[in-house]
Amino acid sequence: MNQPLTLTAAQKAGPKLTAVALGAVLAVLIAMPLLHLLPADHALHVSAYSLTLVGKILCYAIVALALDLVWGYAGLLSLGHGLFFALGGYAMGMYLMRQSAGDGLPAFMSFLAWTELPWYWYGTSSFLWAMCLVVLAPGLLAFVFGFFAFRSRIKGVYFSIMTQALTFAGMLLFFRNETGFGGNNGFTDFRTILGFPIAAPGTRAMLFLATVALLAGSLLLGWKLARSKFGRVLTALRDAENRLMFCGYDPRGYKLFIWTLSAVLCGLAGALYVPQVGIINPSEMAPTQSIEAAVWVALGGRGTLIGPLLGAGIVNGMKSWFTVAFPEYWLFALGALFIIVTLFLPKGVIGLVRRRGEP
Amino acid sequence: MKVVPTPEVIDPIDTRGSGRDAIGLGRAAGEGLDARHGTILSLEDINVSFDGFKALTDLSLYIGVGELRCVIGPNGAGKTTMMDVITGKTRPDSGSAWFGDTLDLTRMSEVEIAQSGIGRKFQKPTVFEALSVFENLELAQKTDKSVWASLKAKLNGEQRERIDEVLATIRLEASRNRPAGLLSHGQKQFLEIGMLLMQDPQLLLLDEPVAGMTDAETEFTAELFKSLARKHSLMVVEHDMGFVGTIADHVTVLHQGQVLAEGSLETVQNDERVIEVYLGR
Amino acid sequence: MNTALHRILLLLLLALPWAAQAGDATDYAHASPARQAKLLEHWAAAPAPERLPLIEALRANRVAIDQDKTPFIEEAGGYRALEGDAEPVGTPKKLRLNNRLRGLLNTALASHQLFADDPAQRLSAAKRLQRSGKPEQLALLEQRLEAEDDPAVSEALTLALANLQLDAADPAVRLAAVRLLGETGAPMARVRLENLLADEAETDAAVRKAAETSLAQVKRKLLFGELLGQAFSGLSLGSILLLAALGLAITFGLLGVINMAHGEMLMLGAYTTYMVQVLMARLAPEALAFYPLVALPVAFFVTAAIGMALERTVIRHLYGRPLETLLATWGISLILIQAVRVLFGAQNVEVANPGWLSGGLQVLPNLVLPYNRMVIIGFALFVVLLTWLLLNKTRLGLNVRAVTQNRNMAACCGVPTGRIDMLAFGLGSGIAGLGGVALSQIGNVGPDLGQGYIIDSFLVVVLGGVGQLAGSIFAAFGLGIANKILEPQIGAVLGKILILALIILFIQKRPQGLFALKGRVID
Repeated sequence: MNQPLTLTAAQKAGPKLTAVALGAVLAVLIAMPLLHLLPADHALHVSAYSLTLVGKILCYAIVALALDLVWGYAGLLSLGHGLFFALGGYAMGMYLMRQSAGDGLPAFMSFLAWTELPWYWYGTSSFLWAMCLVVLAPGLLAFVFGFFAFRSRIKGVYFSIMTQALTFAGMLLFFRNETGFGGNNGFTDFRTILGFPIAAPGTRAMLFLATVALLAGSLLLGWKLARSKFGRVLTALRDAENRLMFCGYDPRGYKLFIWTLSAVLCGLAGALYVPQVGIINPSEMAPTQSIEAAVWVALGGRGTLIGPLLGAGIVNGMKSWFTVAFPEYWLFALGALFIIVTLFLPKGVIGLVRRRGEP
Repeated sequence: MKVVPTPEVIDPIDTRGSGRDAIGLGRAAGEGLDARHGTILSLEDINVSFDGFKALTDLSLYIGVGELRCVIGPNGAGKTTMMDVITGKTRPDSGSAWFGDTLDLTRMSEVEIAQSGIGRKFQKPTVFEALSVFENLELAQKTDKSVWASLKAKLNGEQRERIDEVLATIRLEASRNRPAGLLSHGQKQFLEIGMLLMQDPQLLLLDEPVAGMTDAETEFTAELFKSLARKHSLMVVEHDMGFVGTIADHVTVLHQGQVLAEGSLETVQNDERVIEVYLGR
Repeated sequence: MNTALHRILLLLLLALPWAAQAGDATDYAHASPARQAKLLEHWAAAPAPERLPLIEALRANRVAIDQDKTPFIEEAGGYRALEGDAEPVGTPKKLRLNNRLRGLLNTALASHQLFADDPAQRLSAAKRLQRSGKPEQLALLEQRLEAEDDPAVSEALTLALANLQLDAADPAVRLAAVRLLGETGAPMARVRLENLLADEAETDAAVRKAAETSLAQVKRKLLFGELLGQAFSGLSLGSILLLAALGLAITFGLLGVINMAHGEMLMLGAYTTYMVQVLMARLAPEALAFYPLVALPVAFFVTAAIGMALERTVIRHLYGRPLETLLATWGISLILIQAVRVLFGAQNVEVANPGWLSGGLQVLPNLVLPYNRMVIIGFALFVVLLTWLLLNKTRLGLNVRAVTQNRNMAACCGVPTGRIDMLAFGLGSGIAGLGGVALSQIGNVGPDLGQGYIIDSFLVVVLGGVGQLAGSIFAAFGLGIANKILEPQIGAVLGKILILALIILFIQKRPQGLFALKGRVID
């Protein structure tokens, strides 16, 4: 890691070109939900399927960006970001379940013959409180875990495995019916959000736009962070933590801040994912899901801001094509991708583009 | 966490430099540090053992304010372990380590120790390779180093000037925007020394600072260190006797985790036991 | 209960043995089902040795009747009359047993076996009567108890008797029975006493009080066995974790490589066992019982070869980049899992225990130690010993340790570090393969087998301290036992989460693991 990874793709590829490309992508992303509102037989109509697929990928792109903030900049490879994503999703799901249950209990609770809501469900019928939970649940968990992990200076592969164990434990917990989150079926059958029917084109378009806004916001935030002294301290932390400590910086605070921020971003992405895709269950917490996110970042190019977004797009695009065309071979392709990226593309697609750019 | 010890009201009768047998030169220590007795660092009866192997045995060492002390000793004498104890990296099994008169180093974390004014240069030069030379110095600069401050930080003119000044001192102006990872070994050594200067510590610990430097660079470093002493206190671990000879007013010889001899270079070089340790029987 | 009537009947039956037995089979064959049940009850209360063949034949469904309702016993290729020497008229039809009759028949058989010469047979009969005894058998049990000289059988009979007496009308009898139950340490006594106390089943206050005392007594006795049982499960889990983690400890300690495909080596080892079993069933069925022994070397070499191939092609290019290695090996694991799924199907494959690994050793009334688990504990320790010998007493081991401690220096001394890396990786994978053989004997063998172990075995390595054989052993058994002790208290899932939390807290105190070497930090 001798190359200055803090420099964003923008700085290298020429700010103007990047700005134009970003603007074009943004324009397309804003146009998509509007075109979805056109009548179904219109030539330019964007189908609900495409809109959902792209919306899903955008949520994943936010996860990739969040993961890149901790991995690419601070050198902490998390294999448990799926947990934060799912927690945000579940918090949103609780609200949606209460919406469809009306005054009664959510369907799965009646099925288990429960007579009252568990305490952690109180207040979830309020959208505002649900939004607070979306931030608080992943944020607090990340804060507590990070506090202990960074205090004992767990890093490198140790940290990665600990995070993987964390999401694994979360998955086991949510698989239990007694935990009160619908067991292995999770939440589904959502009807309305804020009173609007969830499958209506208008609602879909709004959710999609909200996702685009969150992605743009995260990108801006990431850009600001990367350019601040904070970003430089993170890079320093990644490369020579001891040196940084002897310079008088406390690495724990820095790690904890970026780690918690990243978890919260994931939670927000999860909260937007659930109403668009229409289901959340514990399989989102499976270690496989989280480690797959790492390959998005690695493929795109970590330590850059655009890279993870590219990576999430490429891998998920490939996935939806493969699972339709050759479902048997998707895992082979994904596995090969892991190997190829680490062996031949240490700086990802962005690195490849850059090398082309400067002979 | 930032530890700023409150200076006590100083006794009208100046007692600086009269403490123990330190060779305190009676100069003021940095602001905030209480070193009235003229000793900036006192290690007393330090013991460190690793799984039965005694790395330091009843080590006692005092460094005066403004002193430039050289520590020499054969490999395995405990020089680096001693630095680890001072900087909080290794906790001693027993003994006390005081920075000034009020700060108990054995109870402070590495970060607190660094913030209270002890700077350290590693044996192997360690710089932030992905950052530019300028950014390296910027990070080292003495300032509020909390997370919030970093998020809002913006360099003011004075700070910029200070960085430029240090860049000039370590002769790296031309490389200011190069990533530090691309510097030569000697340049990295200088950059690290520059970072220490930016940190403006009261006590500098330097582990083999001239290893890998050319003769001219070594000479330049010697000048630099001499100019730093008086304002700062320095402890230099070095094998290069020529270098030690040029800079040291006082030399400590470590052997098997203990102080074997202490005094001027000449005294030490003529000490029977030192000769035995270095030349074998 | 009309016990008195039964006793009279019983006396009558005892007084007229020959008359009663002359046509037992015929009586039974002619009787209606209700009457058959009555007959069986009588037989249970008043066993006669001569009746044993009939009961056994009935139980084996080998009794048939012809058109005249003459009972016959089915024998190889023909029928033999049970009484007299009649020939069957027409094709005899099998006598059907319903569930009630089958239960009664078992009880009757047990009564008859109480007279067997073999104490083991008497013991098993007494034990069955503990569960299925009928009040009619009270007298019989009392009589047999008096005549019994084998202490184990005596105890079993006492229990069976006490069990029946609990239903007696006389509170004094019940009280005595309750006290008797308290003196045994049988799991059944506990259930019986608990039932008695639950739902106000027992109305007499004195008996209730005695039952409470007895229950506490029994629980105390059982506690020991339960604890032993948990400790044994813990050891068993620990030995599996050890087999899974040992290879990981070698590859991580030596190469600094986290091999996420390590779990898949376990899985491949288990599938190799399956293949060996299938091949031997086809080629050498007479030696099939020993297929696990054949599978051991095969699995070792197969997984070691795969491991070495991976090291050569992928992992060696990633040394010094642990996080990338982690991702690449995860990719490898995905490919291996999918490959197995394509080749063998997503379902679990059938790997059967050979005879000598099935069953278990009854140590205490409530403690059975399964043979397969005992063998695996021993096997794990054996593998550890072998690894230790290999690392400490051979040239290869010396080289491996040299590379672990200082790669550059070892290279300078002429140690072929590249080859050592490869061999060490092969060794680690091979040990995982051996672990796979062991796993195939106690659990399901499916493509996802390895996934469940990778996190646990990594925790073992972290907890034990990297590169420390002794640390890994302590950590594996410690984690195993902690898991199994927590499981019944708070459930498997919460137990796992608690253990994870404990490990994180433990690492606060000892970041280097249980058995780490301290030393100067080199930067």
